[in-house]
Amino acid sequence: MSHPITPSERINAVLRPIPTWLVYLLGALPGVYIVLGITLALTGTYDLFGHSLGVDPSRTIERWLGELALQFFIATMAISILRDRFRLKLIKFRRPLGLLSFFYIVLHLAVWLGLDLQFRWGEVWSDILKRPYITIGMAGFLMLIPVAITSNNAMIRKLGPMKWQKLHKLTYPAILLGGVHYVMVQKIWEVESLTYLGVIVVLLAFRWKRLLP
Amino acid sequence: MANRFKSDLTWGDVTPENIFLNRRAFMAGASAMAATGIAGPALAAKYSTDEEPNAWEEITQYNNFYEFGTGKSDPAEYASEMTTDPWEVEIGGLVDKPGTYSFKDIMAAMTVEERIYRFRCVEAWSMVIPWNGFELADLLNMAGIQSGAKYVAFETLHRPEEMWGQKRNFVPWPYREGLRLDEAMHPLTFMATGIYGKTIPNQNGAPMRLVVPWKYGFKSIKSIVKITLTDTQPPTSWNMINAPEYGFYSNVNPQVDHPRWSQASERRVGGGLLAKRIPTLMFNGYEKEVASLYEGMDLKKNF
Repeated sequence: MSHPITPSERINAVLRPIPTWLVYLLGALPGVYIVLGITLALTGTYDLFGHSLGVDPSRTIERWLGELALQFFIATMAISILRDRFRLKLIKFRRPLGLLSFFYIVLHLAVWLGLDLQFRWGEVWSDILKRPYITIGMAGFLMLIPVAITSNNAMIRKLGPMKWQKLHKLTYPAILLGGVHYVMVQKIWEVESLTYLGVIVVLLAFRWKRLLP
Repeated sequence: MANRFKSDLTWGDVTPENIFLNRRAFMAGASAMAATGIAGPALAAKYSTDEEPNAWEEITQYNNFYEFGTGKSDPAEYASEMTTDPWEVEIGGLVDKPGTYSFKDIMAAMTVEERIYRFRCVEAWSMVIPWNGFELADLLNMAGIQSGAKYVAFETLHRPEEMWGQKRNFVPWPYREGLRLDEAMHPLTFMATGIYGKTIPNQNGAPMRLVVPWKYGFKSIKSIVKITLTDTQPPTSWNMINAPEYGFYSNVNPQVDHPRWSQASERRVGGGLLAKRIPTLMFNGYEKEVASLYEGMDLKKNF
């Protein structure tokens, strides 16, 4: 080594040995806990949640899952920026974080359909068409389906890196829709959801050159 | 009991007693009053639902009271900072005896009774709450309503040093609400000072809050310090914040959706994770009692 070790290099050295399966495992824990709790409640076997979710548990879970999805999405986006600006080599964690985000979006959607609207398809359909925040959330989810399906090495080979990268630019509009969705759900301009949207806008600003097709 | 029901409503407007007087509700109401030592006319039970009330914890831990934060548990956490004793209510405008009334004097003049009402939030959740309090009509009659009065305006306490949410400006403080005079004088319209026979907790609007059971919850303004009778429709907070979404009337109506969500059904709080959604009823189930107030009005326009 011809120069003193930079902080980035030190961080890289610490993080390099962490296996990606550990990220999947730890990241999925809250989701596994929620799915397990709902399953036990549905089968009437055990009350895992107790009073921890407050008096409106399905709404609490719905919001919790939505926030987890946004948090993982923001982390995913941050990794590319940390690489470009700070030379942090976290790229091997980007796919696990991105797929975890998608995992939480799917759970969020499932809880909305099952526990909140209880498969009242008439209300579901009219909500998707008539409620802008649900339309926006749903559009973001649809954009992420091809991204999630192609988040593996086989698909990169099949599509070729150029085409693959272009397809994965769908994450930029999708994360923005996710942030707007969260702000619009609230009755007022709420600080917490505005903070999420603010962070997302800053992240996108860092990547503005890549926003172009 | 003097001066009751001085409204232009007659008993003919009300559902016949033999249909409406549910024996179970009567017994439940009477026994609850006996248990808590609250004196009141047993007939009050005729306005009460016989549905099972929500638990004390549910009613007092899940609140919207943005003066103490926007989270549902924020009010329970922070509302204890609000001083409610001494408490004064300024009653003014088109009344015979305007002035500042102490809460103690008001309570001395009122007859407290129990009302078990459904409570439907505009966010599509609901509860059943056993309130204690008195009819708003009694209080307004005490002040003497002048003939020109057409509306009643209410204001919540504005004291940012005790209500930290008021330091942020997402609501033009103080919180304001209003009713048409005939709505205010309706026997269902209630001023709550207690829940389950106990003093009403701060997070639920101590010491005195409005309860209008056929309207969305935000109309039922909390911790009232000012009541003004006017001849013009007063500004109301949610309408000022977002007029296309929140109208002056804000009657519970399953056929008129909130622009961002359906009002066709609701989740009854306390049913747990797997609670079934229940259909929302016109005027929150008080259609027989209040529909006549809105005869000939387009409720889609006057939402």
